[in-house]
Amino acid sequence: MAAASYSTYLARRVILTVVSVFIIISFNFLLFRVLPGNPITLLYRSPRLTFNQEKALSIEFGLNRPEWVQYILYVKNALEGNFGISYYYKVSVTSKIIPALENSLILLIPATIISILLGIYTGVFSAWRENTKADVAVLQTAMAFYAMPTFWLGGIFILIAIYIGGIPVAGEYSVGSTSIINLMEHMALPLLTLVLVYYGQFTIMMRNSLRDVLSEDYILTAYAKGADSKRILYSHAVPNAMLPMISLIAINLGLMVTGAILVETVFSWPGIGYLIYQSIGHLDYPMLQGAFIIVTFSVVLANLLADIIYGLVDPRIRYR
Amino acid sequence: MNSQTEVMDYIKGSMRRTGSGVLGFWNRYKRNKIGVAGLGIIIFFTLMAILAPVISPYNPNTINSSLYLSPPSSAHLLGTDSLGRDLLSRDFYGAQISLIVGFAAAAISVFVGLVIGLYSGYFGGWADEILMRVTDFFLVIPTLVFMIVIAAVIGPSLVNVILVIGLLSWPSTARTIRSMVLSIKNWPFIESAMINGGKSNYIIFRHIAPNVFPVVFANAVMSVASAIFAQASLVFLGVGDITDISWGGTIHNAFAFGAVSAGMWWYVIPPGLFIILVILGFTMTGYSLEEMFNPKKRGF
Repeated sequence: MAAASYSTYLARRVILTVVSVFIIISFNFLLFRVLPGNPITLLYRSPRLTFNQEKALSIEFGLNRPEWVQYILYVKNALEGNFGISYYYKVSVTSKIIPALENSLILLIPATIISILLGIYTGVFSAWRENTKADVAVLQTAMAFYAMPTFWLGGIFILIAIYIGGIPVAGEYSVGSTSIINLMEHMALPLLTLVLVYYGQFTIMMRNSLRDVLSEDYILTAYAKGADSKRILYSHAVPNAMLPMISLIAINLGLMVTGAILVETVFSWPGIGYLIYQSIGHLDYPMLQGAFIIVTFSVVLANLLADIIYGLVDPRIRYR
Repeated sequence: MNSQTEVMDYIKGSMRRTGSGVLGFWNRYKRNKIGVAGLGIIIFFTLMAILAPVISPYNPNTINSSLYLSPPSSAHLLGTDSLGRDLLSRDFYGAQISLIVGFAAAAISVFVGLVIGLYSGYFGGWADEILMRVTDFFLVIPTLVFMIVIAAVIGPSLVNVILVIGLLSWPSTARTIRSMVLSIKNWPFIESAMINGGKSNYIIFRHIAPNVFPVVFANAVMSVASAIFAQASLVFLGVGDITDISWGGTIHNAFAFGAVSAGMWWYVIPPGLFIILVILGFTMTGYSLEEMFNPKKRGF
């Protein structure tokens, strides 16, 4: 294969991301046209909307014009972050999604970082003691938490918290409070649930990756020249074992988001997952659609970011 | 990369090891403790689903408004739900929906994944490129959100839930099959079939498909586990037919009617344990099958 530069690699990734974004938008456009009845009007007309709101929407989305015009307007609106009016709240979908997205990130970012760190730590621990009792115990613990339905583990924590008493089990703040301490108290259980359910996959990835690296010849060479075994582990093996982790973390972002939706629902955390849950109950299609697009965009963009980083730290990937 | 030789070893291993018929296969399988335990769990839940009408102490749909949210008693071992229905009976009946959705959705996703993987790997070219990009897309996006949106729009009946889970879960199977086909199609016997003028479809289904079958089988068993997980999550979020009795639905009700915050552990813990066990059963079985077919794949 011809030598590829970083810019070609980057261009390819960006194009794929743009294509993904268009697939998502087009899919949404089509999906709401398979609805029974009068699909186009069903999406934006609701008995709850006022006549003026309806009229404004109709012009904005070109509902009385040919389908291809509608499609172009739909893409334009979606790219501008305009997903119509919520059936239930009667305000723009975007105005509900933005604060929910912020709340989700407050929970999801620390949860992701802690699970990755915990996964790397337990993975290194396990690989270094391969096939010992400690290794098996670490792996089995990780697998057990991973097999638990997120919402069920959350339910168990609520049961325990209520039994002990004094630990908040729902929401982001107590009524009237905005202190960071209060936020952290509310965050404790959802964060714990997310970390426990998700660190296991990183443990297994790290363990397998490190195990492969430890069987490489250059590790043997390092031993032969008399290097200290801790030094071999931390300066020769672990950095190389981390490389495949980057792309695996990116692939698993979608799963993290899924977990966040379930955890937010269990703990009534006012994030985008809880918003999705409520919108299912309200049959609030525009809200569901907007939330779906935003969530998917975020994951696709995070993947692009991971690809960019991966290309920088491991130049070999550019030649694949 | 040595993936090609890995696949070769894999297939040789699987052919050698499955050569001696069903009985020989079983004799080797029963030496695998994890596999036997997994199979035992699957049989346990299959029996629970079939015998639910016999072993349930009550009709799971009988509403008893004077007994709603009652704690465990000698009459109702696991108490009653928000409508006074017997929870133990509902937990037994829940096995039915889980297994139906699990098997049906897995069948769909494995079939689609198999066909796409076979064609994509065999023909290559732009069709392969498109298929792989679609697969990339599906692997990256949060599938559960995708399922929620589609099921909410087309109506969350049992059949629709099965279709949505099945039609959105094929990419990983397609990928695995494709990479195997890429290697198999370079083997001499495929080349000679081509030289002898074998039609593409004939070569794909007569010569290549049987060689990927062991993987497909292991993959299908694993897919049942993920389909059951997806169904439980969807129903928990309120996407599903509320008249169906399912474990995810019971947990949904437990949250919706405040049973969890009231500390009613008997409402939530049993259905959750059943979900975990059934998923473990299929995962352990699938894992053991994979290990048996592929001598190189040992350990985690």
